[in-house]
Amino acid sequence: MSIELDRDGDFITLSMGPHHPATHGVLRLVVTTDGEVVSVCKPDIGYLHRSIEKIGENLEWGQFVPYTDRVDYVCSMNSNHAWVLSAEALLATSEATKLVIPERAEYIRVLFAELNRISSHLVAVGAMAMDIGAFTPFLHAIAQREVINDIFEKTCGARLTYNYMAVGGVLRDLHRGAEDEIRACLATLEKAMVDFNRLITANSIFKGRLAGVAPVSADLALSFGLVGPNLRGSGVDFDLRRDLPYGIYDRFKFEVPTGQAFGGSQGIQGDCYDRFVVRLLEILESIRICRQALDQMPPSAEKEDDPVGGWMLTKAAAKSLRKPPVGEVYFRTENPRGETGYYLVSDGTKMPYRVKIRTGSFTALSVFETLAPGLMIADLVAVIGSFDIVLPEVDR
Amino acid sequence: MSAVSARNPRQKKALSLEQILEIVQAQDSQATITTAANGERSLQIRPSELPAVARALKEDDRTAFEQLCCLTGVDLLKFPAQADQPATDALQCVYDLHSVVHTHSLRLKVTTPRQAAEIPSVEAVWGVATFFEREIFDLLGVAFPGHHDLRRLLLPPDWVGHPLRKDYVYPETYGGVELKREGQTFESGPYT
Repeated sequence: MSIELDRDGDFITLSMGPHHPATHGVLRLVVTTDGEVVSVCKPDIGYLHRSIEKIGENLEWGQFVPYTDRVDYVCSMNSNHAWVLSAEALLATSEATKLVIPERAEYIRVLFAELNRISSHLVAVGAMAMDIGAFTPFLHAIAQREVINDIFEKTCGARLTYNYMAVGGVLRDLHRGAEDEIRACLATLEKAMVDFNRLITANSIFKGRLAGVAPVSADLALSFGLVGPNLRGSGVDFDLRRDLPYGIYDRFKFEVPTGQAFGGSQGIQGDCYDRFVVRLLEILESIRICRQALDQMPPSAEKEDDPVGGWMLTKAAAKSLRKPPVGEVYFRTENPRGETGYYLVSDGTKMPYRVKIRTGSFTALSVFETLAPGLMIADLVAVIGSFDIVLPEVDR
Repeated sequence: MSAVSARNPRQKKALSLEQILEIVQAQDSQATITTAANGERSLQIRPSELPAVARALKEDDRTAFEQLCCLTGVDLLKFPAQADQPATDALQCVYDLHSVVHTHSLRLKVTTPRQAAEIPSVEAVWGVATFFEREIFDLLGVAFPGHHDLRRLLLPPDWVGHPLRKDYVYPETYGGVELKREGQTFESGPYT
């Protein structure tokens, strides 16, 4: 959709937010409009700033895990995963502190990270449909997410902020019968996705509402640091899990879906509908990865003392974290909202010297000032939904 | 440069840091390779060289760094002196670049004195720098000449000081609200 701003008009400045229900948290967009057309859009963030990076400088390495839950609460497992992998990458730069992660713990991490990616994408697509007025799909999506939350709750005791992964392993083994529950959950999920697609994805009103809205070209997406599904929606074939595999991701086979102008005749590559469909396709790929992880996973050692890395930190991890190597590391992981990277600087003490958290939502917001001019106000809401912005991740 | 599929093996050609250094030095740059204590290598350049080097790194087909993955700052005030890096009274900005085409990465470092911290903006090269630079300006107090809208990003506009600086002292009140609790010292340092 393109609307020319060639006529003289009276401009109105609107403050969208910070408590607008469609902004997924406390985001404020200061929008100057000409009628219903946006001419200037400036995001105003910081309402949820909890100075997590500063807190990180004052905590021991292992104590920071619960804070990563709060960086992005929609996918806490992935946030945990990113942190422990980063800390382990730093420890791996010196032979003296290098950790060996138990095989089963690696599989549990991938399994839970992918399950959390599914539940996060379910929230994203459901909330996006709700943002533009379709309430029912959200409930369908949330119903499936509940099943995944139940599995997490049985294993680690929490439904939202898990604090489950630890440097050196995971906090405890899967609960008894978890494998069967996860397989059953994946099977119902597959059926539910078919229903979901019939309900909303193939709906011509929904398609017409999103196809061709706010297309982001591949160059623009790369320049403005769009990552993850937002970048792939623009047709850039890049996924850290495949291209720079971390953990044990090189052992799994999966496709990387990219935006192909799915919206039909009105669709443009990189429009809101592409970003929506890419997330749906990624759910199916995550199901594939979960199944492979379940098939390859070594059985539980069934030892009370140290099944998968132990309760809290293993002795080896605790020892390494007391005296980590001096230096720095930047570690990138593929989270549901794209690349989450930790830039860590260590001065050799038990506390980090600097913790920088690079998140996908933060950089996605930077494109609004360029992308929004020319859009209708109602489309702006769809764009926020399509980028899947989670505000605690932006403000940290 | 157009965004190309990362899966085209003919175009894919990862460069070593030495090869990238040659390309950077062709821009009249005094770039050097620095090695952190744990072996992580990066390119160190002067602030004044940054705009030309950044543009070359993005637009040269051999490097093609389309992505600025992470831009952040570190206050080196309390960082212990290392073998090849003496303790400095400086702020360091760290640019982590990545090329989707070649799947190679580069870390670029620029240091600036703490008293008059200033590094040219790269938002004309990578749009995402708009937000990253505002965040660094906010939390570390580095100015980025050339930035079109350099304001605080996360903290309120009337906040005093830059919290991620190592000599930051917590304010005792803000907006009429008492922040200091009884028996609490408000110096920078670990919470007790």
